[in-house]
Amino acid sequence: MNSLIVSVSPHIKTKDSCKRIMWSVVLALIPTGCAGVFIFGLSALKVIIVSLITALLTEAIIQKLRHKKTTISDGSCFITGLLLAYNLPPSVPWWIPALGSFFAIAIVKHSFGGLGHNIFNPALAGRAFLVASSPRFMTNWTPPRWQIDTLTTATPLGIIKEKISHPLPSYLQLFLGDRGGCIGEVCILAIICGALFLLCKGYIHWYTPFTFIFTLGILSWMFMGNTLFKGNWLFHLLSGGLFLGAFFMATDYVTTPLTRRGQIIFGFGCGILTFLIRKFGGYPEGVSYSILIMNAFTPLIDRYTKTKKFGYTKTPNPK
Amino acid sequence: MFFKKTFPGGIHPPTYKNLTQNYPLEEIPSPQKVVLPLIQHSGSPAEPLVKPEEVVSMGQKIASSDKYISAPIHASISGKVSKIDYFNHPILGKSLAIFIEDTGVHPDFIPFTKENPENLSPPELKKIIQEAGIVGLGGAGFPTHVKLSSPKPIDTLILNAAECEPYLTCDERLLQEKPIEVFKGLEIIIKIISPKSVFIGIEDNKKELIKTIEENLHKLGLNKIKTFILKTKYPQGGEKQLIKAITGRIVPSGGLPFDVGTLVHNVGTVFAVYEAVYLGKPLYERIITISGKAIKKRGNFKVKMGTLLSDIVEYCGGFIKEPKKIIFGGPMMGIAQWSLDTPIIKGTSGVLFLTDEELNLENSTACIRCGKCIEVCPMQIMPASIGLAGEYNKWNIAKEYSPLDCIECGACSYICPTRRDLVQFIKLAKQFTR
Ligand code: SF4
Ligand code: SF4
Repeated sequence: MNSLIVSVSPHIKTKDSCKRIMWSVVLALIPTGCAGVFIFGLSALKVIIVSLITALLTEAIIQKLRHKKTTISDGSCFITGLLLAYNLPPSVPWWIPALGSFFAIAIVKHSFGGLGHNIFNPALAGRAFLVASSPRFMTNWTPPRWQIDTLTTATPLGIIKEKISHPLPSYLQLFLGDRGGCIGEVCILAIICGALFLLCKGYIHWYTPFTFIFTLGILSWMFMGNTLFKGNWLFHLLSGGLFLGAFFMATDYVTTPLTRRGQIIFGFGCGILTFLIRKFGGYPEGVSYSILIMNAFTPLIDRYTKTKKFGYTKTPNPK
Repeated sequence: MFFKKTFPGGIHPPTYKNLTQNYPLEEIPSPQKVVLPLIQHSGSPAEPLVKPEEVVSMGQKIASSDKYISAPIHASISGKVSKIDYFNHPILGKSLAIFIEDTGVHPDFIPFTKENPENLSPPELKKIIQEAGIVGLGGAGFPTHVKLSSPKPIDTLILNAAECEPYLTCDERLLQEKPIEVFKGLEIIIKIISPKSVFIGIEDNKKELIKTIEENLHKLGLNKIKTFILKTKYPQGGEKQLIKAITGRIVPSGGLPFDVGTLVHNVGTVFAVYEAVYLGKPLYERIITISGKAIKKRGNFKVKMGTLLSDIVEYCGGFIKEPKKIIFGGPMMGIAQWSLDTPIIKGTSGVLFLTDEELNLENSTACIRCGKCIEVCPMQIMPASIGLAGEYNKWNIAKEYSPLDCIECGACSYICPTRRDLVQFIKLAKQFTR
């Protein structure tokens, strides 16, 4: 009887582990990646694979050097690798995803202490780093495979922002991903499929994505048109990286608020910032920057959105 | 169907109730030796009334206290007091205890009261309950006579038949087999506090039991008592959660059920009240669940207080697999033991012998801030934040998240995907808050 374990209650634990959740997210990310490869061809697949391998290697090597247990099997660096690739144009040279992935894992994730301790979403920070360091490649868009004769290759949001004379894609084209853009952001149908899976599993909640999309929609409708309340809100929702960002990056556990109220505020802030960047900023797209900025506010939001405890009364019992 | 009433938060762990649910109550024969700790309740410890070498008979009062919040202790077998010494205690680790050994002579059990229960007044009934050493049998062990003397008026009485802890089925079995006795006990409590409404709170997965209860209530003509069917969810049987689900009242933070005019009693306790008043039998035995996949014979057994675990294991045919953890109580709130030389006490609702496969022993890692622990917390506090602050020894920050409100139900640790010992952090935070 010497092998009895004596520890505090509870003595049974759920089967849902961190690993299981992370791999479910990977699974949920697969459809939109497949769609990206289908739309942009093998160059997209190459970007994804390079990004993934770099992410895995970087994590393994760092943990080896630090004499820590390797955690590549927990799936979280897999998610970072995938998301980084999904946020790149399919035409980038191979070293771009490699550099971005390395930066995301080594600097953004591990210099803060690894999974759970990072403040910024690694994939998004990696992308921001690439935009800042090699902007040339980051705005070089390719059209879908079947549109080879297209003259311009700007993204729909770019077309509007730069006032290029080019026919805009239809809503259905936008929804299915028949347009220029980043690998993982174009096919909204595929993104929604993955997101629904995670929502049903209870691994993510609607609070952030819904508020994010809703806020941006309302603001676009109000201020993005020629006059007030004339904005083409649907177009603004469907083009750009909103859905990928709202469902897969603004819901990242580590870098977003803990409570429901906090998550709603987070989504709201993301919506406003995206709108501001799109309307007044230098970039046509604003989703990833707005999420990164809100990441920085997460500790503050957490401090001011404590839950209202059960049995709380205005006049607390003297004790 | 409309939504069943419930409380915020909560989890749905596997119940494992089918391991023991269908076995009829059985009695474990009196052991050769019992060890009765002098503190088996919350409040002041009892003082021994006997000396070593003294002969005692079953049911004899052997320890008591003149403090009000305390409960006397009675001999659970007839025999000779062999010594009074420190011994393992399932909750406190060690405590002073009275050892009784069976000497082969069996003086008869003498009922300590012979009054006709119908003629007794509430104060007399309370006195009997106090003399019988009855405490809450759900685990907390609060003396029942104190609970029955509420300083505030009580208008609602709830019989807690939710038994939400996985594995445990002793209340369910007891109510299934002895409904009339339990209801008679309930009527005594009704007579003492005369509430306006009386509910039996029971989870909706106990279909058969609900039927038994309703049939018997009807048969006895107890129309005042209503069954209240609750959603199956842990911790539905927590007092504050039960009160919220049934009456909609919210016990204020730091308050007790009587602050909202409500009193909750456990099935086992009510049965003990019946036995004390009708049979003159003090609380020296109780029903416990023996379960877990490591033990050969599982079920619900009537055992004498102070029976050692080793005697129970022997009666149950030993182990069929190696137990990795032995737990007194349920798997969510129970206490892990390190020795088989541990006695059953009044608050022991079950003993579980759990194997590796039931335990899921993974090491904990860093919090990924998924927020699940916050979602499930029935007290709506933020275990993650307490855990994170505690990890860096920032107890002054941990304090801001009201750890004192935690009922230690364990739902947060259960759900945490990174297996963090949140309850342990909260227990520490409580110490820094006091
Ligand atoms: S914090 Fe306390 S009350 Fe809340 S779930 Fe954890 S143990 Fe239960
Ligand atoms: S459930 Fe565990 S991992 Fe999730 S927030 Fe709570 S402590 Fe952190």
